[in-house]
Amino acid sequence: MRMACLASELSSSTAICHPLPQRWRSTFAQRRGIGRWSSPKRLRCASVNVRCYFQLIPPPYPLSSLEPYMSQETVERHWGRHHREHLNSLNTHIAGSELNEMPLEEIVLASYNKGDCLPVFIHAAQTWNHDFFWQSMKPGGGGRPSGILLQLIERDFGSFELFLKEFKTAALTQFGSGWVWLTYKSNRLDVGNAVNPCPSAEDNKLVVAKTPNAINPLVWDYSPLLAIDVWEHAYYLDYENQRAEYISVFMDKLVSWDFVSSRLAMAFARDEERARKDASSSEEDDLVLADSAAREMFLDSDDDDSETE
Amino acid sequence: MALRASAARKTLGNWFSVRKFMAVGGLGHRQSRGLQTFSLPDLPYDYGALEPAISAEIMQLHHQKHHQTYITNYNKALEQLDEAVNKGEVSKVVHLQSTIKFNGGGHVNHSIFWKNLKPIAEGGGEPPHSALGWAIDQNFGSLETLIQKMNTEGAALQGSGWVWLALDKEAKKLRVETTANQDPLITKGTNFIPLLGIDVWEHAYYLQYKNVRPDYLKNIWNVINWKYAIEVYENEVA
Repeated sequence: MRMACLASELSSSTAICHPLPQRWRSTFAQRRGIGRWSSPKRLRCASVNVRCYFQLIPPPYPLSSLEPYMSQETVERHWGRHHREHLNSLNTHIAGSELNEMPLEEIVLASYNKGDCLPVFIHAAQTWNHDFFWQSMKPGGGGRPSGILLQLIERDFGSFELFLKEFKTAALTQFGSGWVWLTYKSNRLDVGNAVNPCPSAEDNKLVVAKTPNAINPLVWDYSPLLAIDVWEHAYYLDYENQRAEYISVFMDKLVSWDFVSSRLAMAFARDEERARKDASSSEEDDLVLADSAAREMFLDSDDDDSETE
Repeated sequence: MALRASAARKTLGNWFSVRKFMAVGGLGHRQSRGLQTFSLPDLPYDYGALEPAISAEIMQLHHQKHHQTYITNYNKALEQLDEAVNKGEVSKVVHLQSTIKFNGGGHVNHSIFWKNLKPIAEGGGEPPHSALGWAIDQNFGSLETLIQKMNTEGAALQGSGWVWLALDKEAKKLRVETTANQDPLITKGTNFIPLLGIDVWEHAYYLQYKNVRPDYLKNIWNVINWKYAIEVYENEVA
């Protein structure tokens, strides 16, 4: 989701060395496990002082290619101004702070700060949200999902049409600025960072979620699969007050189900990684238990000894 | 070219002009089946009269579409509320609260907003004198400082919302407040009286100012109706 640049302050305060392509970073992050579920080891320059900042990633298609459904003017302004300003503010905020060396998703979680958001949260989350939004669309998008994604949609919403209805209603009824998401809820109800908005819903299922302003489902430990931006700037130049029209066109003509499927695969991979970790940590627990039980027996026998003395 | 709401635009004006309302206390309302519902209040100036500070296109959409939608949805929610109350459906009553707050708030806020604006030729932008002018100097140092404060808070407001010049009746002080989305000022306390409200939703400026909200805030002061603020202030402190 990001291109990190590491520059040694010893060599130059403005120099950029070893830009890491986004794809490389993603693969790296995926292998290591993303976000807070594991702490990806960061690459470091040899120097002690490492300067790290984010770069603006263009949408994965030409800016005019979503026409006529989303105008070039809208995309240029949305990506080139709104997204860019969040990214620039993010870089300004994290410079010199301990957030400086974190991956973007970790900055989002750390700065959410259990709902008492740090100022950097807005820019970190909005940078992440917009990156995600651009990938949620593609020229010639829309249509129906397929494979396991469609099966899960049918299982969890009843049918694709019922999912569409729920998603569109959520996007239409988000009061004020914000986002609407299709997410995979795989957490174990013990969300450390925030109140779980669907505590009674089963885990391991698809959930439609609304978030105000900059907030995203990462803070609930959900895996986002699809995002629609319902800030007015996302549609006002093209659809004016007709948010419903924008939402319909987004779902019918723009949504990239390939991307949604790929995020679902990542969510599954994350679950597997967690399960592996749980298993190994419970093995460790067993070992610790066995060890302490042995020690207890030893102590007991000590006590016995003392009692006999 | 992207799709624009051209079809919807053709109908603008038609249905606005055929409706009749009574403007009572700024919030036009009418009776239907014993339930008081609301209608779009007239603007006291033409859509183009605030140019160049606010374009005619923005004013028309903002008034005829956005404000009307809040009223329509508020009326709908009131009817549902009436039904739920009559049937004793408590959960439904509770569920309707967010819709009522949002749409009722939208109606309240916009009704104030239209009165806060005035064409330059009719005195828009003329700084306040009299008691309110003194109170502003006393509370903020100067009108310029107040404007700076409201612009800064308005620009910093996350997402959609309003920035207010409020009279705190209890403390007898002027304050700058912000509210999120369509929360009316009263959600900050019944002691707050709105003297001036500036809409910082993107729909209030985006067609003209795009992402540059500070420019909108800077220019809107040229068409601020201080006379209205003075009237409200003097009524409250009298």
